[in-house]
Amino acid sequence: MIVLEIILNGIVLGGMYALIGLGLNFQFGIARIINIAYGEVLMVAAFCAFFLYTIFEINPFLGLLIILPVSFVINWLFYRGVLVFLVRRAKGVQDILEKDSILATFGLIFLIQGVVTLVWGTDFRKYLYLTDGVPIFDTIFPLNRLIACAVAIAIGLITYLLLKFTRSGTALRAVAVDPTAAQITGINVQKYNALAFALGGVLIATAGVLISMYLSFEPSIGMVYTMKALIVVILGGLGHMLGCLVGGIILGVAESLGAYFVDPGLTLAINYALFILILLIRPKGLFGVN
Amino acid sequence: MLIKDSRQVISLFIIIGLLIVLCVLPHISSAYIVSLFISILYFTSLATSWAIFAGPTRYISFAAAAFIGIGSYTTAFLVETLPMVFVIIIAAVIGFCLAAVVGLATLRLSGIYFVIFTFGLTELIRQLVLWFEINITKNLGRYIFSDFGRPEIYYGLLILCVLTFVSGYILHRSRYGIALRTIGDDETVARHSGINATWVKVVTFAATSSVMSAAGAIMAPRWTYIDPHIAFNHIVSFEIAIMALLGGITHLFGPVLGVIPLVLLLEFLSTTFPHYSLVILGLSFLLIVFLLPNGVVGVGRSLMKLFSTSGDRGPS
Amino acid sequence: MNETTLLQVSGLKKAFGGLVAVNDIDFHIEAGEVLGVIGPNGSGKSTLLNLITGETKKDTGAVKLNGNDISAMQPHQICRNKISRTFQLVRVLPTMTVEENVMVGLLFGSERKNFNECRDEIARLLSTVDLGEKSGFLASQLTYIDKKRLELARALANQPILLLLDEWLAGLNPSELEESINLVKRLQESGITLVIVEHVMHAIRSLCDRVFVMNLGQKIVEGTPDYVLSHADVVSAYLGDESE
Repeated sequence: MIVLEIILNGIVLGGMYALIGLGLNFQFGIARIINIAYGEVLMVAAFCAFFLYTIFEINPFLGLLIILPVSFVINWLFYRGVLVFLVRRAKGVQDILEKDSILATFGLIFLIQGVVTLVWGTDFRKYLYLTDGVPIFDTIFPLNRLIACAVAIAIGLITYLLLKFTRSGTALRAVAVDPTAAQITGINVQKYNALAFALGGVLIATAGVLISMYLSFEPSIGMVYTMKALIVVILGGLGHMLGCLVGGIILGVAESLGAYFVDPGLTLAINYALFILILLIRPKGLFGVN
Repeated sequence: MLIKDSRQVISLFIIIGLLIVLCVLPHISSAYIVSLFISILYFTSLATSWAIFAGPTRYISFAAAAFIGIGSYTTAFLVETLPMVFVIIIAAVIGFCLAAVVGLATLRLSGIYFVIFTFGLTELIRQLVLWFEINITKNLGRYIFSDFGRPEIYYGLLILCVLTFVSGYILHRSRYGIALRTIGDDETVARHSGINATWVKVVTFAATSSVMSAAGAIMAPRWTYIDPHIAFNHIVSFEIAIMALLGGITHLFGPVLGVIPLVLLLEFLSTTFPHYSLVILGLSFLLIVFLLPNGVVGVGRSLMKLFSTSGDRGPS
Repeated sequence: MNETTLLQVSGLKKAFGGLVAVNDIDFHIEAGEVLGVIGPNGSGKSTLLNLITGETKKDTGAVKLNGNDISAMQPHQICRNKISRTFQLVRVLPTMTVEENVMVGLLFGSERKNFNECRDEIARLLSTVDLGEKSGFLASQLTYIDKKRLELARALANQPILLLLDEWLAGLNPSELEESINLVKRLQESGITLVIVEHVMHAIRSLCDRVFVMNLGQKIVEGTPDYVLSHADVVSAYLGDESE
C-alpha cells in the first residue's frame, strides 16, 4: 500500500524533525534566545561525525560520546560569554535584544560556514554506515534511518521524562513559563537559561550526528534545518515538548506526501507553505498557550 | 535659526555638486572606475532602501536576494520584447506585489518569524524558478542580450539612487514617516493612537522591496548570463544588511557610509582572498553588532554630543 | 440600558489557555460618569481594558458603543471611535520629544489633523497636563509622573468621549495625588466619560460615581464607592488589603 509506505516514511522523517525542534524549544522557548545559527551546530556535528568515522574509524554512536559534551560546553560558553552581554546591553527592550541576537547569530553562521568551508571545501560529503535494508510492509528502509529515528524518539522521551520528574527539569519548565515568577520562587534563572541553551545545543548536535549516517551534507545545509526546527516549534507550540513530536511528524508526513504526489524537488516549497499556513491560521501552535 | 539655514544650504550645495560629478563621471573616467561606481550605486540603492524599512521598524529582512533575482529574471524574460524602462517598471511592480503578500503574512508577528521567512523566501523562489525552468521551459540558464550597456546601467542606477533618497527624505518628513517612527518606538502606542501599524509596515516593506527588484532588473544585463543559482544568491542579502548596519540605519545617508568601504573591501577580497570572504563577512557582522551597534552614524552622533556645549533637550 | 448609556458590555469572556481572565462580564457606562473598577491583582481588570480597546480578542460577548458593536475592532479603529487609554506601565515614545509625542496623538487620532493645525492644540494639551515648559524635552528623560502626564496628553489629543485610565494614579506621593485627582475631576467636568482602574481607594472615593469590583474575572459587587468599599465580599476579596 503506497499511502502507508509514504506515511511511514513521513513518520521516520518526523521523528528526526521532532528532535531538531526540541533543541530549539530549549533555546528559544526556555532561554528565550533567537539563535539563527542553530542549524549550523547540526552541520558541524555532522562533519565531526564524518571526520571521526572516516579518519579514526569511530562509529557515530561512539562519536556521540565525544561530540555531545563538546557541544554542551561550547554552547554554554557562547551563552555565558556572548549572549549575556547582549541581554545586558538591551536593558530589557525586547526588540533590541531580538535584533542584536538575530544579527550576532547570523554573523556566527558565516563564521562557522566559512571555517568549515576552509577545512572541508564546499563539496557534499557522505559516509556509509549501517546501510543494510530492513523490510517493513513491503518497503525496504535502510537500517541507519530507522535507528536514527528510534534514537531521536528515545532521546525525546528521555528529555520529556527528565523535564517532568527531576528538580532541574521542573525549574527549566518554570523558567519557560514565566522567568520573573520563577526568579521570585528562588530559581536561579540565569543559571537555568545557560543550561537550557547548552542542552539545546546537545540535542541539535545529536540530530546532526544521526542525520550524517544517512544523508549527504555540505557547509550550507544549516539554515534549512533551522527553518525546519522553527516550523516544528511553531506547529507544536513554543515551549511544548510533546507538541514537538506532533509537529515533527506533521512536517515529516507533509514532506513525504508532497514528494510523492507533487514533486520531490519542491520539498522546500512544502516546508514554506506549512510555515505560512500555521502563521496565518494558528500562530501559537497546536498546543500553544497565549 | 540662521545657522540651521546655512547648514541646510551647504548640504544642498554639496549634494548638487556630488550629483554633477556623478553625472559626468562616465565621460571622464576609465571603464574600471565606472564599474566600481556601478557597484557603489547598486549597493547604495539596495542598502538605503533596506534601511528605510529596517531602521524605524527594526525588522531584519534577508529577502533582498529574492527581489533582486526577480528583477533579473524579469529582464531575462522581457529584455528582447520591451524597452528597458518598461522592464524595470514591471520588475518593480512584481517586487511590490510579492513583498506585499509576504508582508501581510508575516509582519503581524514577531521579528524572528520575519527573519526566517524572508531568508526562506529567497530559497523558495530559487527552487520554484529552478523547477519551472527545468520542467516547463526546459532551460537552465538564460542569456541576456541587450544594448543596455555600462553607461546605461550606470545612469539607471544613479536615477534609482536619487529616487530612493528623495523618497526617503520626503517620507521621513511626512505624517507617514512619523507613523513609521512611532511604530519603531512603541508599536502598541502607535496602534492605540490610530495608526494602522500593519498596513504602514506592509506598504513600506513593499515599496522598499520594489526598489530592490528595479536594481536587479537594471543590473541583469551586466551579468549577461543568469540561472537560479546566480540570480538568487543569498550573500547579497547579507552584504546589504552589513553595509547598512555599518553605516547606521538611523539616518538616511547612513548606509552609504557603510557601502563605500565594504564595496572596496569586497573588491579587494575577491581578488586576493576569495575563500575567506565568508569568514570576513561573519566577523564584520559580529564586530558591528558588538562594537558599532548604531553604525558609523551612531559614533558620529556620540562624538557630536561630546563636543556640543549645551543640551537643550532635557532637565537641567 | 437607556439613552444615556455610552458603553454596554454583555457576556464578555476571554480565556488564555486554561486560565479564564474575564468570565462573562456585564456592565454599562453612563455618559459623563466616572466609573471605577477595582479588584485584587490578577482579577482581570487589565484584560478587560484590553478587550475594550481591541488589544486582545474576545472569545465571546459584545461591547457596544452607542449601540454599535466594537468588540471586533482593532486598536486603531477603537481610537478613531474616540476611545483613548493610558497604560499600567507608562508608555511614551522615547526617541521623540514631548511635543512630538502629543503630535502623534493629533495626527493619527480621531481628528486626523495636519501638521500646521497642530501647534496651538499641542500647547493647549500640554498646559492642561502642566507640561507646557517641557515641550522640547526628550520623552525618555522625563520623570515618572511627567511621563504619566505626557501619556494623558497624548490620550486627550484624540478628543476622546471615553477615557480609560489604567492605574494612572499609582506611585504618586500625597501632593502629586491630590493634583492628579483634581486633574481627573476637571476632565470629567469637560464632558469626558471616564473609567478608572485603581488600587488607590482614596481616589476611588473622591472621583467615582459608581464602582464595580472584579475578582477572578467576574464582577462581584457594584454600587456607590461607600457601599462597595465596605461590602464584606469586597473586603474578603482583598483580604483586608486597602491602600490609602
